[in-house]
Amino acid sequence: MQLRTQNIAFRYGKEPWLFKNVNFTVDPGEIVGLVGPSGYGKTTFCRILAGYEVPNKGSVTLNGRPIKSKRKGYHPVQLVFQHPEKAINPRWKMGKVLNEGWQPDQQLLDALGIEEEWLTRFPNELSGGELQRFCVARALGPDTRYLIADEMTTMLDAITQAQIWKAVLKIAEQREMGIIVVSHEVNLIQQLCHRVIEIDHLNT
Amino acid sequence: MPILEVENLSVSFKKYTRGFKQTKSTVITSLDVTVEAGEILAVVGASGSGKSLLAHAILGILPSNAITSGVIKYGGEELTPARQSVLSGKELALIPQSVNYLDPLMRVGSQVRTSVKKENAIAAQREVFQRYHLNAGVEKMYPFQLSGGMARRTLLATAMVSGARVIIADEPTPGLDSVVIVEALNHLKESAVNGCAVMLITHDIESALQVADRIAVFYAGTTVEISPVEHFNGNGEQLRHPYSKALWRALPQNDFIPIKGSQPRPSQLPSGCLFAPRCEMATPDCEQERPAMRNLRNGMVRCIHAT
Repeated sequence: MQLRTQNIAFRYGKEPWLFKNVNFTVDPGEIVGLVGPSGYGKTTFCRILAGYEVPNKGSVTLNGRPIKSKRKGYHPVQLVFQHPEKAINPRWKMGKVLNEGWQPDQQLLDALGIEEEWLTRFPNELSGGELQRFCVARALGPDTRYLIADEMTTMLDAITQAQIWKAVLKIAEQREMGIIVVSHEVNLIQQLCHRVIEIDHLNT
Repeated sequence: MPILEVENLSVSFKKYTRGFKQTKSTVITSLDVTVEAGEILAVVGASGSGKSLLAHAILGILPSNAITSGVIKYGGEELTPARQSVLSGKELALIPQSVNYLDPLMRVGSQVRTSVKKENAIAAQREVFQRYHLNAGVEKMYPFQLSGGMARRTLLATAMVSGARVIIADEPTPGLDSVVIVEALNHLKESAVNGCAVMLITHDIESALQVADRIAVFYAGTTVEISPVEHFNGNGEQLRHPYSKALWRALPQNDFIPIKGSQPRPSQLPSGCLFAPRCEMATPDCEQERPAMRNLRNGMVRCIHAT
């Protein structure tokens, strides 16, 4: 189940091309780091992989078949954003947020340190670190083949960061899930990734 | 003598739950910290541990439903609300965490000029913009026209031209690229060398290590440890508090090993040591009462077992 982009190019409206001819592959179980200065289109690239944006040219394929951007059902590439408070419906209690896509089992909740009592709260009653655990849990449905962590733990303290990553790495290993890590933190990238791509290289 | 002293500070918020029913939730409990002229004190710790609130308490800009107790002293004298309003922006400067602190209806050049105390405000503003690589056109722009990084550099510039004796920098670096981060940190260091006291609030321990003289570690609204920066090395053997050690070991460049659990919520603080529920060294004694801050090996710690 290789995730692959072929010659994709993207720009917003009439603005200059953000990138052209990007060829990129990730294999199951592989953890790839994506680094580069801000404004080079890292987040946009992630959004294309996860089906939030459609590239102007080229295609994104999973196992050789295109992922249709508007297909029904669960998207096999899941994106976790940097700011959990912006990715959660403020009017839903956390239990509903958690179970929107699938019903995570107790084992996963324990691994991520999600407490039973948080499920009856509203998002504004939890801290960023607590909310991000929910965003990770809901993205780890059984049909997730690839997880994209776009600055997933940038806002969190080191202990929470390590907690979340330990849980994610364990699941990735069990399920042979691929992970794409976007981060400015060199140490984190070095700690996690098998392979690192600098965005300059992506841009050729 | 310390230029800024915070003794036994507590901050709580009054909240309405239902109708006229009020509850009080305590977010900072018995916090002690001092900053001396010529040094950088870094404040690190979990998010939601009260780091920014401390900054706001010092400057007297907490929301109106906040209740504070304890003493904040500046230059040996108590910092009363009256003194705060005279001194903030002049002798006490804040580099705020959010770029929303810029006035949206004022050109950024003029905003920076308002904080200059010297004769020639325009020249001072242009000089500081040049230092932060903000080109000449930027001074005529409004905040919405700036990128995140430019807005943050404007905030830095505002504090740097103010000539303040105490600079409180609240997470000044996120969103900046590494070159600008190094530069911003060096400017803080330079201010310290010139006799300012700098409090650098950050969760980026790595950059704190580069410039700070001492590091204060916060947990659940209190200071658990104050340590000279040199003690943050190796496996953290020289650190005093179990939380600081855990924080150090969890860094990706160290062991990347987390401890279980999460920081207690303000409404459900444990009765004894705030870290006891997650602590490996905890004994029944730890649950009896909150440990007091004590001196240990050229630093301070709030733990009865620390050696």
